[in-house]
Amino acid sequence: MNAPLKRTPLFASHEALGARLVPFAGWEMPIQYQGILAEARAVRSASGIFDVSHMGRFFLQGSAATALLEWVVTNGVSDLEPGRARYTLLCNEAGGILDDAIFYRLEENQYLLVANAANTQTIWNWLQHWTRRFGEVEMADRTNETAMIACQGPDASGFLETLLGADVAPRPFRFAQVDIGGAPVMVARTGYTGEDGFEAILDAEQAVGLWARLLGLGAVPCGLGARDVLRLEAGLPLHGNDIDTETNPVEAGLERFVRWDKDFCGAEALRRAKEEGPRRLLAGFRVDGRNIPRPGYDIQNIDGRRVGTATSGGYSPSLDTNIGLGYVDPALATPDTTLVIDIRGRSIEAQVVALPFYSRRRMKP
Amino acid sequence: MNPDDRRYTKEHEWVKVEGDGKARIGITAYAVEELGDVVYFELPNAGESVSQAQKFGEVESVKAVSDLFAPVSGEILEVNPELSNRPEAVNEDPWEKGWLLVVRLQDDAELGGTMSAQEYSDLTST
Repeated sequence: MNAPLKRTPLFASHEALGARLVPFAGWEMPIQYQGILAEARAVRSASGIFDVSHMGRFFLQGSAATALLEWVVTNGVSDLEPGRARYTLLCNEAGGILDDAIFYRLEENQYLLVANAANTQTIWNWLQHWTRRFGEVEMADRTNETAMIACQGPDASGFLETLLGADVAPRPFRFAQVDIGGAPVMVARTGYTGEDGFEAILDAEQAVGLWARLLGLGAVPCGLGARDVLRLEAGLPLHGNDIDTETNPVEAGLERFVRWDKDFCGAEALRRAKEEGPRRLLAGFRVDGRNIPRPGYDIQNIDGRRVGTATSGGYSPSLDTNIGLGYVDPALATPDTTLVIDIRGRSIEAQVVALPFYSRRRMKP
Repeated sequence: MNPDDRRYTKEHEWVKVEGDGKARIGITAYAVEELGDVVYFELPNAGESVSQAQKFGEVESVKAVSDLFAPVSGEILEVNPELSNRPEAVNEDPWEKGWLLVVRLQDDAELGGTMSAQEYSDLTST
Protein backbone atom coordinates (compact mmCIF):
# COMPACT_ATOMS: atom_id res chain seq x y z
CA MET A 1 0.00 0.00 0.00
CA ASN A 2 3.06 2.23 0.18
CA ALA A 3 3.45 2.70 -3.54
CA PRO A 4 4.86 6.11 -4.44
CA LEU A 5 2.19 8.75 -4.96
CA LYS A 6 1.29 9.50 -8.55
CA ARG A 7 1.57 13.02 -9.89
CA THR A 8 -0.64 14.65 -12.48
CA PRO A 9 0.81 16.48 -15.51
CA LEU A 10 0.10 19.71 -13.61
CA PHE A 11 2.19 18.84 -10.55
CA ALA A 12 4.91 21.40 -11.27
CA SER A 13 2.27 24.09 -11.85
CA HIS A 14 0.79 23.36 -8.43
CA GLU A 15 4.19 23.59 -6.77
CA ALA A 16 4.94 26.86 -8.55
CA LEU A 17 1.64 28.26 -7.23
CA GLY A 18 2.57 27.33 -3.68
CA ALA A 19 -0.10 24.66 -3.32
CA ARG A 20 -0.32 22.53 -0.24
CA LEU A 21 -0.03 19.00 -1.63
CA VAL A 22 -1.51 15.99 0.14
CA PRO A 23 -1.94 12.30 -0.61
CA PHE A 24 -5.36 11.58 -2.08
CA ALA A 25 -6.42 8.22 -3.50
CA GLY A 26 -2.83 7.38 -4.41
CA TRP A 27 -2.12 10.78 -5.95
CA GLU A 28 -0.25 13.80 -4.65
CA MET A 29 -2.90 16.48 -5.07
CA PRO A 30 -3.33 20.16 -4.15
CA ILE A 31 -5.74 20.54 -1.24
CA GLN A 32 -5.45 24.31 -1.32
CA TYR A 33 -3.47 27.24 -2.70
CA GLN A 34 -4.38 30.53 -1.01
CA GLY A 35 -7.05 29.01 1.24
CA ILE A 36 -10.12 26.82 0.95
CA LEU A 37 -12.71 29.52 1.68
CA ALA A 38 -11.21 32.14 -0.62
CA GLU A 39 -11.08 29.55 -3.39
CA ALA A 40 -14.67 28.42 -2.82
CA ARG A 41 -15.84 32.04 -2.87
CA ALA A 42 -13.93 32.68 -6.09
CA VAL A 43 -15.84 29.86 -7.78
CA ARG A 44 -19.19 31.25 -6.62
CA SER A 45 -18.42 34.84 -7.61
CA ALA A 46 -16.03 34.55 -10.56
CA SER A 47 -14.23 31.33 -11.50
CA GLY A 48 -11.85 28.67 -10.32
CA ILE A 49 -9.86 25.90 -11.94
CA PHE A 50 -9.28 22.46 -10.50
CA ASP A 51 -6.86 19.77 -11.53
CA VAL A 52 -9.04 16.67 -11.62
CA SER A 53 -6.59 14.58 -13.62
CA HIS A 54 -6.59 12.00 -10.84
CA MET A 55 -10.09 10.86 -11.82
CA GLY A 56 -10.24 7.66 -13.86
CA ARG A 57 -10.84 8.07 -17.60
CA PHE A 58 -11.92 4.88 -19.32
CA PHE A 59 -12.68 4.71 -23.01
CA LEU A 60 -14.97 1.92 -24.17
CA GLN A 61 -15.74 1.00 -27.73
CA GLY A 62 -17.18 -1.87 -29.70
CA SER A 63 -20.47 -3.27 -30.80
CA ALA A 64 -21.30 -4.39 -27.24
CA ALA A 65 -20.22 -1.15 -25.53
CA THR A 66 -23.77 0.13 -25.17
CA ALA A 67 -25.05 -3.18 -23.81
CA LEU A 68 -22.17 -3.38 -21.32
CA LEU A 69 -22.70 0.16 -20.05
CA GLU A 70 -26.45 -0.30 -19.94
CA TRP A 71 -25.83 -3.25 -17.59
CA VAL A 72 -23.28 -1.60 -15.27
CA VAL A 73 -24.85 1.86 -14.88
CA THR A 74 -28.23 2.69 -13.36
CA ASN A 75 -29.04 5.58 -15.71
CA GLY A 76 -30.12 5.19 -19.32
CA VAL A 77 -27.48 4.70 -22.02
CA SER A 78 -29.20 3.73 -25.28
CA ASP A 79 -31.30 6.89 -25.40
CA LEU A 80 -28.33 9.21 -24.86
CA GLU A 81 -27.35 10.93 -28.07
CA PRO A 82 -23.69 11.07 -29.08
CA GLY A 83 -22.26 14.39 -27.86
CA ARG A 84 -24.10 14.19 -24.56
CA ALA A 85 -23.10 13.19 -21.06
CA ARG A 86 -25.01 11.76 -18.11
CA TYR A 87 -24.47 11.36 -14.38
CA THR A 88 -25.02 7.85 -13.12
CA LEU A 89 -24.42 5.36 -10.36
CA LEU A 90 -22.78 1.96 -10.70
CA CYS A 91 -24.15 -0.66 -8.32
CA ASN A 92 -23.15 -4.15 -7.29
CA GLU A 93 -25.61 -7.05 -7.36
CA ALA A 94 -26.87 -6.10 -3.90
CA GLY A 95 -27.68 -2.59 -5.09
CA GLY A 96 -24.79 -1.05 -3.14
CA ILE A 97 -23.14 1.92 -4.82
CA LEU A 98 -19.72 1.06 -6.26
CA ASP A 99 -19.21 4.57 -7.60
CA ASP A 100 -20.91 7.55 -9.13
CA ALA A 101 -19.64 8.67 -12.50
CA ILE A 102 -20.31 10.67 -15.61
CA PHE A 103 -20.35 8.89 -18.94
CA TYR A 104 -20.02 10.59 -22.30
CA ARG A 105 -21.31 9.09 -25.53
CA LEU A 106 -18.55 9.91 -27.99
CA GLU A 107 -19.92 7.95 -30.96
CA GLU A 108 -22.65 5.41 -31.49
CA ASN A 109 -20.45 2.64 -30.02
CA GLN A 110 -17.88 4.68 -28.15
CA TYR A 111 -18.00 6.04 -24.62
CA LEU A 112 -15.88 7.74 -21.99
CA LEU A 113 -16.58 6.96 -18.34
CA VAL A 114 -15.05 9.22 -15.68
CA ALA A 115 -14.83 7.51 -12.30
CA ASN A 116 -13.74 8.74 -8.88
CA ALA A 117 -10.00 8.48 -8.27
CA ALA A 118 -10.45 6.26 -5.22
CA ASN A 119 -12.58 3.81 -7.23
CA THR A 120 -10.58 3.72 -10.44
CA GLN A 121 -9.26 0.20 -9.93
CA THR A 122 -12.61 -1.14 -8.67
CA ILE A 123 -14.48 0.22 -11.65
CA TRP A 124 -11.86 -0.91 -14.14
CA ASN A 125 -12.03 -4.44 -12.72
CA TRP A 126 -15.81 -4.30 -12.65
CA LEU A 127 -16.00 -3.32 -16.32
CA GLN A 128 -13.46 -6.01 -17.23
CA HIS A 129 -15.49 -8.56 -15.32
CA TRP A 130 -18.69 -7.82 -17.23
CA THR A 131 -16.91 -7.42 -20.56
CA ARG A 132 -16.48 -11.19 -20.53
CA ARG A 133 -20.22 -11.58 -20.55
CA PHE A 134 -21.00 -8.94 -23.14
CA GLY A 135 -17.96 -9.40 -25.39
CA GLU A 136 -16.81 -7.09 -28.19
CA VAL A 137 -15.84 -4.17 -26.00
CA GLU A 138 -12.39 -2.67 -26.16
CA MET A 139 -11.39 -0.82 -23.04
CA ALA A 140 -8.60 1.69 -22.62
CA ASP A 141 -7.55 3.38 -19.40
CA ARG A 142 -6.26 6.80 -20.50
CA THR A 143 -6.03 8.28 -17.03
CA ASN A 144 -2.25 8.64 -17.16
CA GLU A 145 -1.84 9.85 -20.72
CA THR A 146 -4.49 12.57 -20.43
CA ALA A 147 -5.23 15.40 -18.03
CA MET A 148 -8.53 16.84 -16.86
CA ILE A 149 -9.10 20.43 -15.78
CA ALA A 150 -12.40 21.67 -14.36
CA CYS A 151 -13.16 25.37 -14.78
CA GLN A 152 -16.18 26.39 -12.71
CA GLY A 153 -17.99 29.59 -11.89
CA PRO A 154 -19.98 32.38 -13.55
CA ASP A 155 -16.94 33.54 -15.55
CA ALA A 156 -16.28 30.11 -17.04
CA SER A 157 -18.65 30.47 -20.00
CA GLY A 158 -16.91 33.71 -21.00
CA PHE A 159 -13.56 31.91 -20.89
CA LEU A 160 -14.96 29.23 -23.17
CA GLU A 161 -16.01 31.81 -25.73
CA THR A 162 -12.56 33.39 -25.57
CA LEU A 163 -10.79 30.05 -25.89
CA LEU A 164 -12.95 28.47 -28.53
CA GLY A 165 -13.10 31.30 -31.03
CA ALA A 166 -15.16 29.94 -33.90
CA ASP A 167 -15.98 26.73 -32.06
CA VAL A 168 -19.27 26.81 -30.24
CA ALA A 169 -19.36 26.19 -26.50
CA PRO A 170 -21.38 23.09 -25.61
CA ARG A 171 -24.55 23.46 -23.58
CA PRO A 172 -24.99 21.77 -20.17
CA PHE A 173 -24.29 18.02 -20.16
CA ARG A 174 -23.08 18.21 -23.73
CA PHE A 175 -19.51 18.14 -24.95
CA ALA A 176 -17.52 18.98 -28.02
CA GLN A 177 -14.14 18.11 -29.50
CA VAL A 178 -12.50 21.49 -30.00
CA ASP A 179 -9.20 23.09 -30.72
CA ILE A 180 -7.64 25.33 -28.07
CA GLY A 181 -4.42 26.96 -29.19
CA GLY A 182 -3.64 24.06 -31.51
CA ALA A 183 -4.36 21.36 -28.94
CA PRO A 184 -7.28 18.98 -29.39
CA VAL A 185 -9.48 19.21 -26.30
CA MET A 186 -12.69 17.53 -25.30
CA VAL A 187 -14.75 20.20 -23.57
CA ALA A 188 -17.78 19.12 -21.55
CA ARG A 189 -20.26 21.41 -19.86
CA THR A 190 -20.16 19.42 -16.61
CA GLY A 191 -18.82 19.88 -13.11
CA TYR A 192 -19.09 19.13 -9.41
CA THR A 193 -19.57 22.54 -7.80
CA GLY A 194 -23.14 23.62 -8.48
CA GLU A 195 -21.89 26.36 -10.79
CA ASP A 196 -21.90 26.64 -14.53
CA GLY A 197 -18.58 25.63 -16.01
CA PHE A 198 -16.74 23.10 -18.07
CA GLU A 199 -14.34 20.22 -17.79
CA ALA A 200 -11.56 19.84 -20.32
CA ILE A 201 -9.87 16.54 -21.14
CA LEU A 202 -6.70 16.75 -23.17
CA ASP A 203 -3.33 15.11 -23.80
CA ALA A 204 -1.08 15.21 -20.76
CA GLU A 205 1.55 17.30 -22.59
CA GLN A 206 -0.99 20.02 -23.33
CA ALA A 207 -2.26 20.37 -19.77
CA VAL A 208 0.24 22.95 -18.50
CA GLY A 209 -0.56 25.21 -21.46
CA LEU A 210 -4.32 25.20 -20.91
CA TRP A 211 -3.90 25.61 -17.13
CA ALA A 212 -1.67 28.66 -17.69
CA ARG A 213 -4.08 30.04 -20.26
CA LEU A 214 -6.99 29.82 -17.81
CA LEU A 215 -4.91 31.40 -15.04
CA GLY A 216 -4.10 34.19 -17.48
CA LEU A 217 -7.81 34.76 -18.06
CA GLY A 218 -8.25 35.25 -14.32
CA ALA A 219 -9.31 31.80 -13.09
CA VAL A 220 -8.34 31.17 -9.48
CA PRO A 221 -6.51 27.88 -8.82
CA CYS A 222 -8.60 25.75 -6.45
CA GLY A 223 -7.76 22.61 -4.55
CA LEU A 224 -9.65 19.58 -3.36
CA GLY A 225 -10.63 21.41 -0.16
CA ALA A 226 -12.68 24.00 -2.05
CA ARG A 227 -14.08 21.28 -4.29
CA ASP A 228 -15.43 19.47 -1.23
CA VAL A 229 -16.98 22.66 0.20
CA LEU A 230 -18.64 23.48 -3.13
CA ARG A 231 -20.01 20.02 -3.83
CA LEU A 232 -21.48 19.84 -0.32
CA GLU A 233 -23.18 23.23 -0.76
CA ALA A 234 -24.57 21.93 -4.05
CA GLY A 235 -25.87 18.83 -2.24
CA LEU A 236 -23.79 16.50 -4.39
CA PRO A 237 -22.88 13.25 -2.65
CA LEU A 238 -19.25 12.21 -2.29
CA HIS A 239 -18.55 8.52 -2.81
CA GLY A 240 -16.75 7.18 0.24
CA ASN A 241 -18.61 9.64 2.49
CA ASP A 242 -22.28 9.89 1.59
CA ILE A 243 -22.60 6.90 -0.68
CA ASP A 244 -20.73 3.60 -0.76
CA THR A 245 -21.36 -0.11 -1.23
CA GLU A 246 -23.33 -0.15 2.04
CA THR A 247 -25.83 2.42 0.75
CA ASN A 248 -28.17 2.26 -2.23
CA PRO A 249 -29.56 4.91 -4.61
CA VAL A 250 -33.03 4.72 -3.04
CA GLU A 251 -31.89 5.68 0.44
CA ALA A 252 -29.34 8.15 -0.97
CA GLY A 253 -32.15 10.05 -2.69
CA LEU A 254 -30.63 9.40 -6.12
CA GLU A 255 -33.53 7.54 -7.72
CA ARG A 256 -33.76 10.10 -10.49
CA PHE A 257 -30.54 8.55 -11.84
CA VAL A 258 -32.03 5.05 -11.85
CA ARG A 259 -33.94 3.72 -14.85
CA TRP A 260 -36.45 1.35 -13.36
CA ASP A 261 -37.66 0.29 -16.81
CA LYS A 262 -34.40 -1.41 -17.78
CA ASP A 263 -32.37 -4.35 -16.55
CA PHE A 264 -29.06 -3.50 -14.89
CA CYS A 265 -26.73 -4.89 -12.28
CA GLY A 266 -28.35 -4.42 -8.88
CA ALA A 267 -31.81 -3.73 -10.32
CA GLU A 268 -33.43 -6.69 -8.62
CA ALA A 269 -32.10 -5.75 -5.20
CA LEU A 270 -33.01 -2.10 -5.71
CA ARG A 271 -36.56 -2.92 -6.77
CA ARG A 272 -36.91 -4.91 -3.59
CA ALA A 273 -35.44 -2.06 -1.54
CA LYS A 274 -37.86 0.37 -3.14
CA GLU A 275 -40.81 -1.91 -2.56
CA GLU A 276 -39.95 -2.46 1.09
CA GLY A 277 -39.29 1.23 1.51
CA PRO A 278 -35.95 2.63 2.64
CA ARG A 279 -34.88 2.02 6.23
CA ARG A 280 -33.09 5.36 6.21
CA LEU A 281 -32.75 8.38 3.96
CA LEU A 282 -29.96 10.78 3.21
CA ALA A 283 -30.98 14.19 4.51
CA GLY A 284 -29.39 17.60 4.36
CA PHE A 285 -29.32 19.60 7.56
CA ARG A 286 -28.32 23.05 8.70
CA VAL A 287 -26.83 23.42 12.16
CA ASP A 288 -27.70 26.11 14.65
CA GLY A 289 -24.62 27.72 16.09
CA ARG A 290 -21.06 27.59 15.03
CA ASN A 291 -19.90 24.09 15.84
CA ILE A 292 -19.25 22.17 12.67
CA PRO A 293 -20.87 18.78 12.10
CA ARG A 294 -18.37 16.31 10.66
CA PRO A 295 -18.58 12.83 9.13
CA GLY A 296 -19.17 10.11 11.74
CA TYR A 297 -21.00 12.26 14.27
CA ASP A 298 -24.17 10.74 15.69
CA ILE A 299 -27.52 12.21 14.69
CA GLN A 300 -30.30 12.02 17.31
CA ASN A 301 -33.95 12.94 17.44
CA ILE A 302 -35.07 15.66 19.84
CA ASP A 303 -35.49 13.06 22.58
CA GLY A 304 -31.82 12.14 22.32
CA ARG A 305 -32.35 8.77 20.64
CA ARG A 306 -29.76 7.97 17.98
CA VAL A 307 -31.38 8.03 14.54
CA GLY A 308 -28.42 8.13 12.19
CA THR A 309 -24.93 9.28 11.32
CA ALA A 310 -23.54 12.33 9.58
CA THR A 311 -21.66 11.45 6.40
CA SER A 312 -20.48 14.93 5.38
CA GLY A 313 -20.37 18.27 7.09
CA GLY A 314 -18.70 21.60 7.02
CA TYR A 315 -18.87 25.33 7.00
CA SER A 316 -20.69 26.80 4.02
CA PRO A 317 -19.15 30.12 2.98
CA SER A 318 -22.00 30.81 0.54
CA LEU A 319 -24.65 30.48 3.26
CA ASP A 320 -22.42 31.46 6.19
CA THR A 321 -23.75 28.55 8.20
CA ASN A 322 -22.77 25.00 9.00
CA ILE A 323 -24.31 22.23 6.94
CA GLY A 324 -24.17 18.48 6.67
CA LEU A 325 -25.52 15.34 5.14
CA GLY A 326 -26.45 12.18 6.98
CA TYR A 327 -28.65 9.13 6.99
CA VAL A 328 -31.65 9.28 9.31
CA ASP A 329 -34.93 7.42 9.91
CA PRO A 330 -37.14 8.17 6.88
CA ALA A 331 -39.73 9.84 9.15
CA LEU A 332 -37.11 12.42 10.15
CA ALA A 333 -35.84 13.24 6.66
CA THR A 334 -38.54 15.81 5.86
CA PRO A 335 -37.54 19.48 5.69
CA ASP A 336 -38.05 21.49 8.90
CA THR A 337 -37.64 18.42 11.11
CA THR A 338 -35.46 19.19 14.11
CA LEU A 339 -32.52 16.87 14.65
CA VAL A 340 -29.76 16.91 17.22
CA ILE A 341 -26.14 16.42 16.23
CA ASP A 342 -23.79 15.05 18.87
CA ILE A 343 -20.82 17.33 18.28
CA ARG A 344 -18.18 15.79 20.54
CA GLY A 345 -20.56 15.41 23.45
CA ARG A 346 -22.49 18.62 22.88
CA SER A 347 -26.06 18.31 21.65
CA ILE A 348 -26.46 20.84 18.86
CA GLU A 349 -29.81 21.33 17.15
CA ALA A 350 -30.08 21.04 13.38
CA GLN A 351 -32.92 21.54 10.92
CA VAL A 352 -33.50 19.28 7.95
CA VAL A 353 -33.48 21.34 4.74
CA ALA A 354 -34.26 20.50 1.13
CA LEU A 355 -31.25 19.87 -1.08
CA PRO A 356 -29.35 21.51 -2.60
CA PHE A 357 -28.24 23.86 0.17
CA TYR A 358 -27.03 26.23 -2.50
CA SER A 359 -28.41 26.72 -5.99
CA ARG A 360 -27.00 29.37 -8.30
CA ARG A 361 -30.45 29.89 -9.81
CA ARG A 362 -32.01 30.50 -6.42
CA MET A 363 -29.18 32.65 -5.05
CA LYS A 364 -28.42 34.71 -8.14
CA PRO A 365 -31.60 35.63 -9.98
CA MET B 1 9.64 33.19 11.98
CA ASN B 2 8.62 32.54 15.55
CA PRO B 3 9.02 35.72 17.65
CA ASP B 4 11.55 35.26 20.46
CA ASP B 5 9.62 37.48 22.88
CA ARG B 6 7.50 34.51 23.96
CA ARG B 7 7.53 30.81 24.89
CA TYR B 8 6.08 27.84 23.02
CA THR B 9 4.52 24.42 23.60
CA LYS B 10 4.58 21.25 21.56
CA GLU B 11 0.83 21.68 21.09
CA HIS B 12 1.64 24.82 19.09
CA GLU B 13 0.47 27.44 21.57
CA TRP B 14 2.50 30.49 22.49
CA VAL B 15 2.57 32.42 25.77
CA LYS B 16 3.92 35.93 26.14
CA VAL B 17 4.56 37.35 29.62
CA GLU B 18 3.49 40.99 29.59
CA GLY B 19 4.26 42.26 33.07
CA ASP B 20 1.87 42.78 36.00
CA GLY B 21 1.78 38.98 36.20
CA LYS B 22 -0.20 38.80 32.98
CA ALA B 23 0.40 36.40 30.13
CA ARG B 24 -1.07 36.48 26.66
CA ILE B 25 -1.85 33.16 24.94
CA GLY B 26 -2.26 32.30 21.28
CA ILE B 27 -1.58 29.67 18.65
CA THR B 28 1.45 29.68 16.41
CA ALA B 29 1.74 30.47 12.71
CA TYR B 30 2.68 26.83 12.21
CA ALA B 31 -0.58 25.72 13.85
CA VAL B 32 -2.58 28.18 11.77
CA GLU B 33 -0.89 26.99 8.60
CA GLU B 34 -1.79 23.40 9.48
CA LEU B 35 -5.38 24.31 10.35
CA GLY B 36 -6.12 26.35 7.26
CA ASP B 37 -9.15 28.63 7.33
CA VAL B 38 -10.36 29.01 10.92
CA VAL B 39 -14.11 29.47 11.23
CA TYR B 40 -14.82 29.16 14.95
CA PHE B 41 -13.16 29.32 18.35
CA GLU B 42 -14.84 27.69 21.31
CA LEU B 43 -13.24 29.60 24.21
CA PRO B 44 -13.92 29.86 27.95
CA ASN B 45 -15.03 33.13 29.56
CA ALA B 46 -13.14 35.72 31.54
CA GLY B 47 -13.18 34.77 35.21
CA GLU B 48 -12.73 31.07 34.49
CA SER B 49 -9.36 29.40 34.85
CA VAL B 50 -7.08 27.38 32.65
CA SER B 51 -4.53 24.76 33.74
CA GLN B 52 -1.21 24.10 32.09
CA ALA B 53 -1.36 21.32 29.48
CA GLN B 54 -5.12 20.98 29.95
CA LYS B 55 -7.65 21.52 27.18
CA PHE B 56 -9.32 24.92 27.43
CA GLY B 57 -11.13 25.18 24.13
CA GLU B 58 -11.46 24.13 20.52
CA VAL B 59 -10.67 25.61 17.17
CA GLU B 60 -12.76 24.65 14.15
CA SER B 61 -11.20 25.08 10.76
CA VAL B 62 -12.74 24.16 7.44
CA LYS B 63 -10.60 21.03 7.48
CA ALA B 64 -10.81 19.80 11.07
CA VAL B 65 -11.45 20.51 14.72
CA SER B 66 -8.55 20.71 17.16
CA ASP B 67 -8.27 21.05 20.92
CA LEU B 68 -6.53 24.02 22.48
CA PHE B 69 -4.17 23.37 25.41
CA ALA B 70 -3.12 25.97 27.93
CA PRO B 71 0.61 26.71 27.93
CA VAL B 72 0.36 28.01 31.55
CA SER B 73 -2.17 28.01 34.39
CA GLY B 74 -4.14 31.02 35.55
CA GLU B 75 -7.36 32.93 35.78
CA ILE B 76 -8.65 34.31 32.50
CA LEU B 77 -8.65 38.12 32.48
CA GLU B 78 -9.55 38.74 28.85
CA VAL B 79 -10.79 36.80 25.85
CA ASN B 80 -10.03 38.28 22.43
CA PRO B 81 -13.39 39.85 21.47
CA GLU B 82 -12.50 40.01 17.79
CA LEU B 83 -12.40 36.23 17.40
CA SER B 84 -16.12 35.74 18.00
CA ASN B 85 -16.95 37.74 14.88
CA ARG B 86 -13.77 37.36 12.89
CA PRO B 87 -12.06 34.08 13.77
CA GLU B 88 -10.08 34.49 10.56
CA ALA B 89 -8.05 37.18 12.38
CA VAL B 90 -5.91 34.28 13.56
CA ASN B 91 -5.13 33.34 9.97
CA GLU B 92 -4.17 36.92 9.20
CA ASP B 93 -2.03 37.49 12.27
CA PRO B 94 -1.58 34.70 14.83
CA TRP B 95 1.10 36.62 16.76
CA GLU B 96 -0.66 39.91 17.54
CA LYS B 97 -4.24 40.45 16.36
CA GLY B 98 -5.17 36.78 16.67
CA TRP B 99 -4.36 36.24 20.37
CA LEU B 100 -6.82 34.09 22.32
CA LEU B 101 -6.62 34.82 26.04
CA VAL B 102 -4.90 36.97 28.65
CA VAL B 103 -4.46 35.13 31.95
CA ARG B 104 -3.08 36.02 35.36
CA LEU B 105 0.04 33.90 35.48
CA GLN B 106 -0.34 31.57 38.44
CA ASP B 107 3.17 30.16 38.64
CA ASP B 108 6.22 31.56 36.81
CA ALA B 109 7.93 28.21 37.23
CA GLU B 110 5.55 26.70 34.68
CA LEU B 111 7.37 28.63 31.96
CA GLY B 112 10.30 26.31 32.52
CA GLY B 113 8.25 23.56 30.91
CA THR B 114 7.83 25.54 27.69
CA MET B 115 10.15 26.01 24.73
CA SER B 116 12.16 28.91 23.40
CA ALA B 117 11.49 30.22 19.90
CA GLN B 118 14.59 28.38 18.69
CA GLU B 119 13.53 25.10 20.28
CA TYR B 120 10.06 25.46 18.82
CA SER B 121 11.46 26.24 15.37
CA ASP B 122 13.59 23.09 15.59
CA LEU B 123 10.51 21.07 16.56
CA THR B 124 8.40 22.32 13.67
CA SER B 125 11.08 22.16 11.00
CA THR B 126 11.69 18.43 11.39
